Amino acid sequence: MVLVFIDQTEGHIKKSSFEVLTYGAKLAAQLGTTAEGLLLGTVNDELPALGKYGIKKVHQVSSDTLNHLDAQVFAKVIAEAVTSTGADTVVFSHNQTGKAVAPRVAARLKAGIVTGASALPDTANGFVVRKTVFSGKAFANVKIDSPIKIISLNPNSYHTAAGEGTAEVVALNIAVDAPKVKITAVNKVSGEVPLTEADIVVSGGRGLKGPENWNILLDLAKELHAATACSRPVADAHWRPHHEHVGQTGIQIAPNLYIAIGISGAIQHLAGVNRSKTIVVINKDPESPFFKAADYGIVGDAFEVVPKLTEEIRKMRAGG
Amino acid sequence: MKILVCISKTPDTTSKIAFVNGNTKFDEAGVQWIINPYDEWYALVRAIELKEKDASIVLHLVTVGGADCDPIIRKALALGGDEAIRVNADNADSFYIASQIAEIAKQGGYDLVLTGKETIDYNGSAIGAMVAELLDAPYISLATKFDLAGNTATVAREIEGGEEIAEVQLPLVVSCQKGVAEQRIPNMRGIMAARTKPLKVAEPAAVDALTSIVSYELPPPKAGVKLVSPDNVAELVRLLHEEAKAI
Ligand SMILES: Cc1cc2nc3c(=O)[nH]c(=O)nc-3n(C[C@H](O)[C@H](O)[C@H](O)COP(=O)(O)OP(=O)(O)OC[C@H]3O[C@@H](n4cnc5c(N)ncnc54)[C@H](O)[C@@H]3O)c2cc1C
Repeated sequence: MVLVFIDQTEGHIKKSSFEVLTYGAKLAAQLGTTAEGLLLGTVNDELPALGKYGIKKVHQVSSDTLNHLDAQVFAKVIAEAVTSTGADTVVFSHNQTGKAVAPRVAARLKAGIVTGASALPDTANGFVVRKTVFSGKAFANVKIDSPIKIISLNPNSYHTAAGEGTAEVVALNIAVDAPKVKITAVNKVSGEVPLTEADIVVSGGRGLKGPENWNILLDLAKELHAATACSRPVADAHWRPHHEHVGQTGIQIAPNLYIAIGISGAIQHLAGVNRSKTIVVINKDPESPFFKAADYGIVGDAFEVVPKLTEEIRKMRAGG
Repeated sequence: MKILVCISKTPDTTSKIAFVNGNTKFDEAGVQWIINPYDEWYALVRAIELKEKDASIVLHLVTVGGADCDPIIRKALALGGDEAIRVNADNADSFYIASQIAEIAKQGGYDLVLTGKETIDYNGSAIGAMVAELLDAPYISLATKFDLAGNTATVAREIEGGEEIAEVQLPLVVSCQKGVAEQRIPNMRGIMAARTKPLKVAEPAAVDALTSIVSYELPPPKAGVKLVSPDNVAELVRLLHEEAKAI
């Protein structure tokens, strides 16, 4: 049985969970078995409706303690759930929660894990999972040799597909330890689209010359309901907050659309964005290395091109 | 107070990524090696800052690898730290490495283990969590701030669209990223001092790896950029809408 970890926050199931549910159900079909979900804590969403992603059951450990992440507590509960449900394959999203918990569960169960998986495993000869390595510059095919196998899937690398079906909700009775991590505050950047969850990201580099020029980028982002990002020197100069820094040493993202404005496309920058589906580059230098990594490009002055782009998108939206 | 910082050797960020032996091995020809930036800039520098504030802190570095890691660990010692331990073993897999580090951590009785959030070559993001599990200690991943007052750590960690602040009692394992500290350049005094700091070599514990790399692949090359004239921005919008279906 393939057990899929369903991640939730503030009463709602995260978007990345729908990807892993779809992936888990596909994997189960490939292995000739069934997929089931595992939810820790309580949510307001309809759980039987998760059946539309192809899972038969949702196991729920509904303790309020589990509405907040303590990796140590989570790992123990999940490992017990794996044992009691008899799962031999466990799937997580390689998101913030998955990174904290999945390798812990693996160590606890002495199960081999592949983190950052980007495709379904090849199960023709053993169990080989493809993962991104070298910050998106290559893939490794990694064989898991243990009886229990754990995969954490890169967010945005597997398309959610919903069909018909309802899942049976089963209460799992597992003792939950008292958390040792005491959460004292949560600071969310309100009103903005979270960068790692965003479908579209608009990003600026040193070519924008200074923080006072960011409104052209913010206007475009607003029109596209996009998250905003920046290159490292921009964050280092405090033109933009650190949490917007993408790249090898910043956040790695894989949106559907990445629009790079006044960014040269240094190899360390590309390492954080090269898994984006479509890349648009706006740069006044035709020799900018970013054009080599781009799908679409405009060689031109950002200060002229970006406002025009915002305007054209507005027109298209208005036109239907 | 004893702190252990995990150090990994990685290819420089500008290295050409290529593979040899029928795509089963990373091509090391001409590669410059560096300390994994997350280990160096964030985990190690933060530990050094803590020691600068409280000289009674004992700061050790650990790496798992062959003698080829020694120059890297000396570089790390040039930034700071009292001594280093190298577990003399090949990098078999995350579980193997984490088991070796956990063994050193247990023997040394460390209160705090810091790692980088991932290595820039394998991108595992797994060692810290595994070490924490093997030590049965709490774990905070993707930390963006780290402070210590007595035995209580205050840590900010990345969550979707923001950060979460938490308090935890030591012992604790934390994986660090941007925000925790700022990059430092080693000075001459540090480099000289590093030469005489102890670098102990430990033999590995008997542990079986659970995974193995079968082969590597490079991504297919991009089809090539479609350039649109700056005077025809509407065409870009049309392509993004109709062809890429991205907006
Ligand atoms: C170990 C290491 C790690 C690193 N990690 C990261 C990382 O994680 N993320 C990251 O981003 N960088 C990282 N860097 C830095 C990276 O090497 C580059 O220096 C950086 O990405 C450059 O930022 P930029 O493109 O904004 O600036 P520049 O390289 O200065 O590029 C500015 C660009 O703007 C264009 N431009 C100027 N004016 C205009 C205009 N009016 N209209 C349109 N275009 C214009 C220019 O043609 C140029 O291409 C790292 C470096 C090292 C050594």
